[in-house]
Amino acid sequence: MRMISSRLALAALVVCGPLNAQVTFERILNAQREPENWLSYSGTLTNQRHSLLDQVNTSTVDALELQWVWQTRSLEKFEATALVVDGILYTVQAPNDVVALDAATGRIFWTYHHEPAPEARLCCGRVNRGLAILGDTLYMGTIDAHLLAIDAKSGKLLWDTVVADAAEFYSITMAPNVIKDKVIVGTAGGDMGIRGYIAAFDAKTGEEVWRFYTIPAPGEPGNDTWSGDSWREGGAAVWNAAAYDPETNLAFWGTGNPAPDWDGSVRLGDNLYSNSVVALDADTGELKWYYQFTPHDELDYDSTQVPVLVDVDWRGTPRKVMLWANRNGIMYVLDRVTGELLFGKPYVKHNWWAGFDEKGRLRRVPGMDVTREPKLFHPHVHGAINWAPPAFSPRTGLYYVSHWENSGIVAIEGEFPQAVGIHRRQTAMGQVNLEPFFNNDEEAYGVIRAYDPNTLDPVWEHRMADITWAGVLSTAGDLVFGGGREGYFLALDARTGELLWRASLGGQINSAPMSYSVDGRQFVAIAAGSALFAFALRED
Amino acid sequence: MIGKRLPSWRRHSRSTDTTELGFRIRLRSRMGMLTLILRPFSGAMGADLKGIIPIVLLVLAVGLAPHALAQHSTAFDIEDGRRVYEASCANCHGPDGNLIAGIDFGHGVYRRPFSNEELADIIVAGIPSTPMPPAPGMSREQAFRVVEYLRSMPTGRVAAAEGDPRRGRAVFEGKGECLDCHRVDGVGSRVGPDLTRIGLLRRAGELERSLLDPAAEVQPENRFYKVTPKNDEPVTGRLLNRDTFTVQLIDTDERLRLFQVADLRDHGFEETPMPSVRDKLSLQEIADVVSYLSSLRGEATP
Repeated sequence: MRMISSRLALAALVVCGPLNAQVTFERILNAQREPENWLSYSGTLTNQRHSLLDQVNTSTVDALELQWVWQTRSLEKFEATALVVDGILYTVQAPNDVVALDAATGRIFWTYHHEPAPEARLCCGRVNRGLAILGDTLYMGTIDAHLLAIDAKSGKLLWDTVVADAAEFYSITMAPNVIKDKVIVGTAGGDMGIRGYIAAFDAKTGEEVWRFYTIPAPGEPGNDTWSGDSWREGGAAVWNAAAYDPETNLAFWGTGNPAPDWDGSVRLGDNLYSNSVVALDADTGELKWYYQFTPHDELDYDSTQVPVLVDVDWRGTPRKVMLWANRNGIMYVLDRVTGELLFGKPYVKHNWWAGFDEKGRLRRVPGMDVTREPKLFHPHVHGAINWAPPAFSPRTGLYYVSHWENSGIVAIEGEFPQAVGIHRRQTAMGQVNLEPFFNNDEEAYGVIRAYDPNTLDPVWEHRMADITWAGVLSTAGDLVFGGGREGYFLALDARTGELLWRASLGGQINSAPMSYSVDGRQFVAIAAGSALFAFALRED
Repeated sequence: MIGKRLPSWRRHSRSTDTTELGFRIRLRSRMGMLTLILRPFSGAMGADLKGIIPIVLLVLAVGLAPHALAQHSTAFDIEDGRRVYEASCANCHGPDGNLIAGIDFGHGVYRRPFSNEELADIIVAGIPSTPMPPAPGMSREQAFRVVEYLRSMPTGRVAAAEGDPRRGRAVFEGKGECLDCHRVDGVGSRVGPDLTRIGLLRRAGELERSLLDPAAEVQPENRFYKVTPKNDEPVTGRLLNRDTFTVQLIDTDERLRLFQVADLRDHGFEETPMPSVRDKLSLQEIADVVSYLSSLRGEATP
């Protein structure tokens, strides 16, 4: 009888189909309508990383307590932001194992293991920043430059597409973006001399649909910004998630530094489209506009921060803008329809920016380039921020950014170009004199600041003794969650910056918080050390 | 005909035997061959041999020539040969028949071409001055069944006959109703095992056995489980994990579900819901389905 009843149940399944709804692109595009879920890297395709959940708020946050911990079996940095779909949490155990957990308890349903090819070489850790989902399928880029489609219910591999050749130093570390029926990823490896590109794949089959090289080939506009053959291995990697604007059908990616990192003498010119934002037609990959933040970069100022799309009353006029706190220490407001620079200025102590010309191109203080003569740079090659995601709250109208203040003395030593480090196009560290990361207490701190998009002035700040690699989350509870290398997970008042709550997680936070709810109970999750922690209000 | 129905004394040598085999194989690598040679004549194996004796007597009593029986062996005879192989031979040769250098039964590789008669002789008498021991308790008829199993390992017996993968796919998707529980290339249910690459994972003989006797061996990750909440209807599904306080399964609606043990009135394993195709499909249809399953290697299907 038992067998018969099971058979009947299965037969009923075939007739009725699965009860749980699939994640359509419509749901991803309107993710704000279902704040219990977290359907893409930043929650929504605007990258605002703002949760509409408000059970945890400035009045209740005192009762926030740990609900569960999930320990990875990995000693790599835990950089992924989880996805949550209808009570199931999906994340990545670095480098490339996908796990499905019960979002209320952290207990595991399944693990999909990907064994990366031994050829995979990464500059900065065997990391992964997260997944994308469409329908019942999860998508992950791998450190050996594959794009995998994995069944979200069974954890089985559906397809495996080789995006690029890992032996040629290509890798994928970003969370892919799903836009309509395509999965789109960029290639990392810019410090090792790849020629970066973004490619879109059919979500069902894994077949490549379009490809956009972030370095133009000969004959294409912009190739003349690279001297000689330097374009072939000029970097401009893409390793963080895009934003998408459905009204213009434009998707926006930040691109990484040109290669070699610090030796600009072998790649004279502006080196387009390194250190830029590129706006591509999401259907075709056609470049619609670009803006280069740091032309001819010699200080490793990757522009791989996630673009944050905001509709604001810009100095009295409603505008569709893009906010960008850049690694080069300058914060930008761009018109995201045209790419026009509306406003920009340093947001950390800065000593080489001399404003913008009439076309919005950055001007450098004369003489402030990297030479044999040692010079102090604000900010240092570590920049003011790396890839950590910022947040924007439509309630407060503030742009929240975690970053740091620092400076360093940089000078070329020895002859350039010659041996180029362990990787073929990487500037040998021995040829660049990098003075200590932090010079004094006034510079040696990480900070979470709230900025007014109209003025780009800080409204408040929360300082930390150490720097921070952690992103931030804002919520409708008027809280900003963040953390840092010290391992504290923090809740700040989104309007004042007041520290309202903290927990010591005993490991560096190298990721960004996110929030979801299960059966009406709000959770806030953050990865620290090798584990994922989930908090919710104490149940009395 | 002997073996048309599996005798009850054999039905309990199943998945637990597989575990024991694995254990013995590990023992072998740590403790050397001598231990292994002795082990087939002890423990669970001994129990099987005791069971063989009455069958042998029965065979002799009805006067069947063992060779003739082997010539006309059925899938059930091969299944019997498999059980004897796993109990008596797999300790040294391994479950896939490839643990002795130069021999790989699963791929039809022998030290030299042997006839069936020669192989049966070796099984019964052993090879003097080598680690291959005699099996004094085994009848020649039983040895022939083992030979039939060895011969079936590369392809599976029925499939080796005239299975047609295209017809098999039609049966699999139609009359067999296999997609009600299984999934191939993204089509079908996720509740049972995904068979998209099953041709890479299982030999034809094993697939045939699973079709005929689904409960004979169920992989740990494919076990069915039933939870009965205190205040709700029972839920069944494929067990994913369980611990002291929680149970995780994929239910028959293909939902990933977690249950708190404290909220359950009862929970435990269920017998596999997969029915045997024995009474549902003809031998030809079974051969066709096995042929189709063997062709599933994660690539385009016929």
